[in-house]
Parts: sequence; C-alpha cells; structure tokens
Amino acid sequence: MAHAKNHDYHILSPSIWPFIGAVSAFTMLLGAVLWFHDQGLWVALIGFAMVAFTMFNWWSTMIEEAQAGEYTPVVEISLRYGFLLFILSEVMFFVAWFWNFIKHALYPIDGVWPPEGIETFDPWHLPLVNTIILLLSGAAVTWAHHRFAHNGDRKALITGLALAIVLGMSFTVLQAMEYSEAPFPFSGNIYGASFFMATGFHGLHVIIGTIFLAVCLIRAIKGHFTPEHHVGFEAAAWYWHFVDVVWLFLFAVIYVWGS
Amino acid sequence: MADAATHAHDHHERPNFFVRWFMSTNHKDIGILYLFTAGFFGFVSVLFTVYMRMELMEPGVQYMCLEGARLIADPAAECTPNGHMWNTFITAHGILMMFFVVIPALFGGFGNYFMPLMIGAPDMAFPRMNNLSYWLYMAGATLGTLSMFAPGGDGTGTGVGWVLYAPLSTTEPGMAMDMAIFAVHLSGVSSILGAINMITTFLNMRAPGMTLFKTPLFPWSIFVTAWLILLSLPVLAGAVTMLLTDRNFGTTFFDPAGGGDPVLYAHLLWFFGHPEVYMMIVPGFGIISHVVSTFSRKPIFGYLPMVWAMIAIGALGFVVWAHHMYTMGMSVTQQAYFMLATMVIAVPTGIKIFSWIATMWGGSIEFRTPMLFAWGFLFMFTVGGVTGIVLSQAPLDRVYHDTYYVVAHFHYVMAIGAAMAIFAGIYYWIGKMSGRQYPEWAGKLHFILFFIGTNLTFFPQHFLGRQGMPRRYIDYPEAFADWNYLSSIGAFIGFASFVWFIGVVFYTIFAGRRVAEDNYWHLPADTLEWKLPSPPPEHTFETLPTPDMWDTAKHH
Repeated sequence: MAHAKNHDYHILSPSIWPFIGAVSAFTMLLGAVLWFHDQGLWVALIGFAMVAFTMFNWWSTMIEEAQAGEYTPVVEISLRYGFLLFILSEVMFFVAWFWNFIKHALYPIDGVWPPEGIETFDPWHLPLVNTIILLLSGAAVTWAHHRFAHNGDRKALITGLALAIVLGMSFTVLQAMEYSEAPFPFSGNIYGASFFMATGFHGLHVIIGTIFLAVCLIRAIKGHFTPEHHVGFEAAAWYWHFVDVVWLFLFAVIYVWGS
Repeated sequence: MADAATHAHDHHERPNFFVRWFMSTNHKDIGILYLFTAGFFGFVSVLFTVYMRMELMEPGVQYMCLEGARLIADPAAECTPNGHMWNTFITAHGILMMFFVVIPALFGGFGNYFMPLMIGAPDMAFPRMNNLSYWLYMAGATLGTLSMFAPGGDGTGTGVGWVLYAPLSTTEPGMAMDMAIFAVHLSGVSSILGAINMITTFLNMRAPGMTLFKTPLFPWSIFVTAWLILLSLPVLAGAVTMLLTDRNFGTTFFDPAGGGDPVLYAHLLWFFGHPEVYMMIVPGFGIISHVVSTFSRKPIFGYLPMVWAMIAIGALGFVVWAHHMYTMGMSVTQQAYFMLATMVIAVPTGIKIFSWIATMWGGSIEFRTPMLFAWGFLFMFTVGGVTGIVLSQAPLDRVYHDTYYVVAHFHYVMAIGAAMAIFAGIYYWIGKMSGRQYPEWAGKLHFILFFIGTNLTFFPQHFLGRQGMPRRYIDYPEAFADWNYLSSIGAFIGFASFVWFIGVVFYTIFAGRRVAEDNYWHLPADTLEWKLPSPPPEHTFETLPTPDMWDTAKHH
C-alpha cells in the first residue's frame, strides 16, 4: 500500500478491528442497560467478550508490527505522547471522584463527616500495608526498567516485572479482603458510595495495570524488548506509576484526611 | 507537485467499498464519514426542532397529543397535551446537537480532513484509533437515537433535558435514561481518543520547519479544542457514571436522603459543559480565520494574538462553569468570582473579532459563499457574545435564567455561530474534497435563506425572554403568541435552507463543475491543502513538504 512512502510515519493498511470494537462496545452497553432492567446479563457478557477479543487481536497486531520494526523512532514518540495523554485523561476521570469525595467531606449535607453512624477504616493498618505494597511494586518496575535500559540486564527485567506483578496481585487480594470487612454498605449512604466507587475504580486500574505488566513479562521472556526499543514496557511502567500516585492521593484524602 | 509525481506511479486501485468506508485508516476518508454522519444526525435533530416550532407556533397544544402525535392540526379532535413527548424532543435535540452533530462535524470532520493536510502530515498519528473514534461516535449516536424509542418516563424516551440534571435523571424510570447515559459515555470515549490523536499529530507530525508559531490557525484551533476535550470529558464520564449507580445500584451521590447533593451533579456537568461550548466554537474560529483571510486577499491580521486568544479562551473556559448555576444557591462571593471570570473571556474573544475585522480592513474582499457565511458567523457570534455578557451578570441572570433569552443567546453564539462556520468550511473546501465546485448562486441562496431564517427564529426569542417566557414548556399564554408565531416562521425558513443545502451538496458531488486547479479560488491561500490536487490522492505528502511550499508569508 505505502510503497511510495518517503517518510518515517506509520501509514497503516485498512483494519476491521475499529469497526468490530465499536459494535462490541455498543453490544456491551446495550446489554448492561438490559441487565439493569432485569433482562439478564448475557447480552452484556457477549459484548464484553467481544470487546476483550477485539483488544486482544488489535494489540497482537501492534506487537507484530513492533516486531517487524515498523515503529520507527518518530512513531515511538507518537506512541509515547499518545499514552501520556491517555493517562492525563484518566487523571481527569479520577478528578470527578475526588471532587465528589472532597465536596462531601468539606460540606456534608447533614453537617457531619463522616456521616453519622459511619465507622471508617483505620488508615494505619491494612491501608498502610497496601500503600507500602503498591509503592514497592512501583519501585520494582522502575528498578527493572533502569537495569534493562542502562545495563541491558534482561534477567533483572524479568525478575522486577514478576515481583511487581506479585505485589500488584497481593494489593488486589488485600483490597478485596478489606472490602469484605467494610463496616459500611455500598448503597444508601454517601460515604459508602464515594469510598467504594473511588477505590473501586482504582482497583479496576490496578487489575488492568497488572494485566498490562503481565503482558510485558511474557514479551520480556520472549525477548521482544531491546534496551533501545521497549515502548510497550515503558507505557506499562508509566501506567503503573499513575496507579501508584492515584493510590497515594486516595490514601491521603479518603483514608487519612476524610475519616 | 511532489505528490502528483508519486501518485502517477501508484498503481493501487482505491480499496473496495467495504474496505474503504468500514475499515478505513485514512484521515481523509474518516473525515468524510464524520461530515456525512454529522449531517445526517443534524438533519434528524433539525427535524425535531421543526416539529417543536410547529407546536409552539400558536398557543395551546395542537400536535403533541396524548391521543397520538399529529402532523396536521385537527381542531375537531380532542388533544390532551403530551408534555413528556415535548420533553423527549428537547432532550434528544440537545443531546444530538451537543454530542453528535457539531463537534463531530468540526473536530471529527474538518479536523480529520484538513488538520493533517495543513501541517503537511501524511496521516494522523494513530490511523486505526482514528477509525475507532468514528465508529464509537456512530455507536453512541445510534444508542442515543434508540433511547427515544425505549421505555422511559411517561411513555417512551427520556425527557430530562440534555444536561441530565439529578434528581430528575436519577428517578426517571425505564431504560431510555440509561441508554442516553451510555450514549454520552460512548461519545466521550470517541472524543477522548480523537483528542489524543489530534494532539499527538499536531505535536509530532508537523512538516519540517513548521514551528509551533508558524502553524496555520485551523490546526491550532483543533489543538486547543483537543485539550478541552481531553481534560473535561473524563469528568463528565465520572459524573454520568454516578448517575448510573444512583439509578441502578442504590448509591446516593445526588440524593440528599443518603447524604448526597444534586448540586454536585450540576458542578460536575458544567465543569465539562462550559468547555463543551468552546469545543463547538473554537474549530470554527480556525475555519473563519482562513476564509476571511483568503477572500480578503490578505494574510490574517495578528496571527500571534489570534493563537494566544484561542489558548486563553480555552484556559478560561475551565474556570467559569458555575455561571450556569447562579440560581442554585451559591454564596455571593462565589457568584462574584464566576461573574468576573466570565467577563474576562470577552477580552480574548474581542481580540479575535477585531482581528478578523482588521483582516478585512483595506482588503480586496470577494463575497463568495464561504465569505458570506464567515460574515454571518461574525454577526451571529457577536450578537450572541454581547447577550452573553448580559447573562454573565449574576443579578441580571436572576431575571433571565431559564427564559427564552438564554435560548436565544446560546443559539446565536454557539449553535448558529458554529453552523455558520461549518457551512463556511464546506463551501470553502467542497471543491478540494470532491473535485467539484458548487454553483455559486445556489450557495448564496442558501446563505440568504439560512441567515434570514435563523435570525427570524432566534431574534424574537430575546423579546420573549424579556417578557418572561420560560424555556422547556410545550405551551404558553396568549401574550407570547406574536413573537412565537414569527419565530416558527423563521424556523421553517431555516429548515427550507437546510433542505436546499442538502440538495446543493448532492448536486455538487454528482454534477458540479469539475475543478482542475489545486487552488481553485485563484486567491492567495498559502496553506498546504491548496498545493494538492482536487480531490487529493489517497495518500498525501508521501514526500514531506518543504518550507518553500508553505512558508510564503514572512510577516510572522
């Protein structure tokens, strides 16, 4: 297609995945509406499976393109810009949840915060442990990146990634334990809603980040990365640090200040 | 042209229909898709307004009856007013226009087609993701339109208004509201991905030598718009997610009975909503700058202040949101801040208006159709801007809040203002996109009909607002009858102009005069799209443009 191309930008051949992806998203959300109104979950599940299938294929194509050397330095810059901007949009998504929490903590509608009858978590037990776990995980990723990019140490890359993934999964498990012991419900009161939705969306991002790191681990084992070209891993590391930082704000605002 | 030469030995045929339009990774084809889809939903949305203006033409309810919607008034038959149907029409009109018509046309359509061309980029930074943006937009628009036919409220469809204010939106039963919320989600994802693409393309793919402050104003306008989208739409996504959980999972974000606060929703909504109105108008600024400059045979006056004015408008757009909420119970101090901050926006806006006038000043002006629409834009935008200053004042807003004065104001400034910019862009570039030129008289007739129609529709609404006629009602007392009658006549003329426009577009595409030249205006236009054949080949700038192709102006 691009045989006359005389530049380093990425000109792509046509792809069916965007169209399938949009149809999948439509199915998933329409299914969710049906589910909300007691019409069964199966349409939403089919839609979700289609979305996951699209992601898998789309990103497999990208890995193939990367392995074929199609990502020239200028394309790598684009990918980095694109991913940073994506993280920025995610930050703004969390702004909505922080805005909600801080508003209610500063100007509670009943005049008391936490609301009467709400017993909150002690930040200096499990939440503190989780903070340390997530920070350690972030440190492991950075260590892996540093050793790999500057010393070409692939063993450190694999070890560091594996460590980060294990710590990330521990965080998720501990968070699930904490949820199951929550002394306040999800529905019916503003504290529960704000707490669970903010930390819940963070938890979702931890799970996504863990999967992202796991994909990088597999690619590292397969030898996809070189010290010069590893944008996929860099993006995963950035994402993981973003998840870290959001947690620090959650810990400071919701667990410490807001309780 | 370097491009024509490479095109000559490009033996590839255009891909087949399905591959070209459903699997596209080509910014020009995706831009065309955006323009046609936005045009389609725009037509649907305008049809709604025609029906609403039919209903408002005379006091009493003649068409939207509980006994069934009518197209012809029948004084003999009984008609019980169907307020919910009215509400679904205003909701659908708002949601479609705000999310699925204006921004997709300006940002998705022209942004996709012309931003890469003007900066000399071979395509967008992420061509596949570009197509995902388009199809997610299509999915969202479809879901939004379907919501009108889903069970909800007192019948079908959701009738809460496009702002989806709680508690109305959290308590309305049925699926329609949930579908509308997910439509907003899909539109948001589509726009955010589009914004990431536009910003990256702008930053990373400008032609060699094209520094930031040598980049033409239209790419700049798209760049500023993209930042507005990137930073504000995620907040809306959070807010409507709270609506969803309040509706379906028993949370109480906006329910005071559980400690929540409905005013919080208004804050989150308008933190997005105010930048949203700038997303609708800033790309228009870019188009108008090129059109005014071309048809005045002069370079744009004050290029650098024009750029900084757009940046300033974008930045200020994030800190004025609560001027939509003066009557919701804010402290006087807060109201004073939002009032002053809002008025500050008049400064960069004034810089733009006066720079456009200064561009025309002493120029050799040709009133071809795009220039007429650019002039129409200046007129509408200025009238709407001036009433905006009136409404920015918290004390005056108490009188005008939720009256037809507000309706008139925002239709002047961002609805018809943006529409004028879209039409200016289409007439300016249709020869470039299709290789055929529209008949000049037909374009001029469109402009005259559109200008008269829209002014006749919305100018009297200022008077209605001053008389105290509230928005969002199906009926009104006798006292408001005269101006409403005129307003409806205007809406019908405006609709006729739209139908005429559709005819002009299809005539041009299939039977318009072919344009052989790269720059068929024969006017000094130095941006890069005029260095390409009309229509451009499938792949443009396969050899990147050199500065001598675009850097003709030495004045900045």
